[in-house]
Amino acid sequence: MAATTAPGGKRHISKRQLRDWIAGYVFASPFIIGFSVFIAFPMFYSVYLIFVEWDLLTPATFVGFANLAKMFRDPKVNLSLYNSAFYTIFAVPIQLTISFSLALALTQRIRFRDFYRAGFYMPIIVPLVASAVVWQRVLHPEFGILNEALGWFGIAPRMWLFEPSLTKPAFIFMSFWMIGRQMVIFIAGLGNIPDSLKEAASLDGAGALGQLRYVILPLMTPLIFYNMVIAIINSFQTFVPAMIMTEGGPQDATLFVVLNIYRNAFQYFNMGYASALAWELFVIVVGFTLVQFYLSNRWVYYEEGS
Amino acid sequence: MRSDRQAQGALATGLQAAPADLESGGALRRRQSETSGSVWETVRLAVLQIFMTVLVITFLVPTFWMISSSLKVSTEVFAHPIVWLPQDPHWNNYVKAFQLLPLTRFIYNTMIIVVFAVLGTVISSALVAYSFARISWPGRNFWFGLLLATMMLPDVVTLVPRFLIFKNLKWIDTWLPLIIPYWGGIGAIYVFLMRQFFRGIPMELEDAAEIDGASRIRVLIQILLPLSKPVIATVAVFALLQHYNDFMNPLIYINSMDKWPLALGIRAYNDSYTRNWEVVFAASTVMLTPMVAIFIVAQRYFVQGIAMTGFGGR
Repeated sequence: MAATTAPGGKRHISKRQLRDWIAGYVFASPFIIGFSVFIAFPMFYSVYLIFVEWDLLTPATFVGFANLAKMFRDPKVNLSLYNSAFYTIFAVPIQLTISFSLALALTQRIRFRDFYRAGFYMPIIVPLVASAVVWQRVLHPEFGILNEALGWFGIAPRMWLFEPSLTKPAFIFMSFWMIGRQMVIFIAGLGNIPDSLKEAASLDGAGALGQLRYVILPLMTPLIFYNMVIAIINSFQTFVPAMIMTEGGPQDATLFVVLNIYRNAFQYFNMGYASALAWELFVIVVGFTLVQFYLSNRWVYYEEGS
Repeated sequence: MRSDRQAQGALATGLQAAPADLESGGALRRRQSETSGSVWETVRLAVLQIFMTVLVITFLVPTFWMISSSLKVSTEVFAHPIVWLPQDPHWNNYVKAFQLLPLTRFIYNTMIIVVFAVLGTVISSALVAYSFARISWPGRNFWFGLLLATMMLPDVVTLVPRFLIFKNLKWIDTWLPLIIPYWGGIGAIYVFLMRQFFRGIPMELEDAAEIDGASRIRVLIQILLPLSKPVIATVAVFALLQHYNDFMNPLIYINSMDKWPLALGIRAYNDSYTRNWEVVFAASTVMLTPMVAIFIVAQRYFVQGIAMTGFGGR
C-alpha cells in the first residue's frame, strides 16, 4: 500500500492505482450522486427560484429582485426573525448552563448516577410530535401541570400559550426539558479531564470553585463551544412545537423563521419568495456560525498540537 | 452448607482486606487531603443528592403524566387538584385511539418508511465511508470536505427545490421522498462516524485479504463490517430516531391519511380530539413505547454516539 502512494507515484499510474481510483469513485458514488441530486442541484435551483414568482399552477415568471426587495420590507419576515432570535438568545445560554451544571453534578460521587443520567436524557427519546402534544397540555391554563405546580408556591395561573408575551418564554422553558444530549456530551468531556490536573490545582490551594474556574471550565471550552454552535443552529430551525402547539400564534408570537418559510411555500404557494426566505436563513445561520468560529480563538482552549 | 458460606464470606472479606492494607498508605494520604472538609463534603453530597432527585423527578413528570393520563377517565383528566394516578386503569382509551383513526396503519407505514430509510443510511454510509477511509483516489479530500460542509447546511435551504424535484418525478404522496435520498449517503454525520471507525481498524487485515484476491466489496462485508458492529449499531439507532421523529418531510410530501406515518397521525389526534386528552395521550404513548424499548436495549449506543458526535439523531 505504502509503495503505491509513495512520492513520484503520481506521474506513473500503475494498474493497481487505477483500480484504486475506480474503486474509490464507485464506493463513494452514492454520496457523489446523492449530493449532486439532493443537495447541490437543489441549492442552485433555489438560487434561480429567488428571482421568479411561481405558484405551481401558472408558469414561473421572472421578477428580478422583487422577492428580495419584498423580503426586507415584509413585517412578517422581520417578526419571524425577531421571534427566532429572541428564542435563540434566551434559550441557548440557559440550556448550556443547565446541561453543564447537571453534568458537573452527575460526575460527583453521589448514588444512582446512571438513573439520573437516564432520567435527564429520557425527554430526548420522546418523539418531538408527542412532546409537543404533551407540552401543549402541560402549559394549559386550567388543567396543565405547570400552573398546578406553580399554584403550590402561591403563584397565580398564567395563560402560557394564549398570551403573546408569555408564549416565547413558555417555549424557551420547554426547551430546557430537552438538554439531555448536551448533558451527555459534557459528561463525556468531564470524564476526560485528568484527575492529576484537579489534584495539582487543589495542592495549589484551589477550592472546588477554583478548580472549576481554572481547570475544568478552560478544558471544557471546546465542548461548550461545540454545544453552543449546534444549539444555535437548531434553535434557529425550531418548527415542530410552533406548528403543533400554537400554529405560530397567538398574534404571531411564535411565528418562527422556518414556520414562515413553510407557510409561504406550502400554504401560500409562493415558491420563489419562500426560496428567498430560506436563503436569508441560510446566510444568517452560516454567518452566525462563522462569527462564532472566528470569536472562538479568544475563549476556546485548544490543546497544543491540535 | 452454612459454614461453607461463612467461610466463603470470610475469604471474600479477607481478599478485599488484603489489598486495602497494602494500599493503606496511599489511601490514607488521599483521605487526609479530603478530611479537611469531610463533614462539609458529606453534607454537600447529601444536598446534591436530594436536589438531583427532585430535579430528575421534575424532568420525568411530563412523560409520566402523559402515560398516566392515557389511562384516566376524562373526569380524572380534568380534575382539580390533579389526579396523578387513575383510580383504575382505563385501557379503553387505547381501544378508542385505535378506532378513531387508523393507528395500526400509521404504525405499519412508519415501520416501512423507517426500515428502508435506515437500511439505506447504513448501507450507503458504509460504502461511502469505506471509500473515504480506505481507498486513495484523486478528489477524495474534496468530496470529503463537501460532506463535512453539508453538516452546517440547514435543511430548509433545499426544502422548496427538493419538493419541486419530487413533484416533477411524481413522487408526491408516496414514501419515496422519505426513503430514496437517504440511500445517497448524504447523512454526513453517519458517514463521518463510520469513516472514523474504519480508520481505527488495522490495515494489515485487508492487505492480507487482498493478496488472496478478495475483492473490495468482500473485504468490506467480510472483514470490516463484522468488526464495526458498534458503529453500525450507533448509526442505525440514530437514523432510526431521526426518521421515526421526522415530521416536516411527511407533512410536505404525504397527503393521504392512509400513507401517514405516526408523526402525522399524532398531530391529527391532537387537532381532531382536542377535548379527549386521554385519547391523544394514549396515541402519543403508543408512539413513545418503541423508543423506550429501543433506548433500554441500545442505551450504550445512544451514549457512545452522542459522546462521539454530539448528535442525537434529530
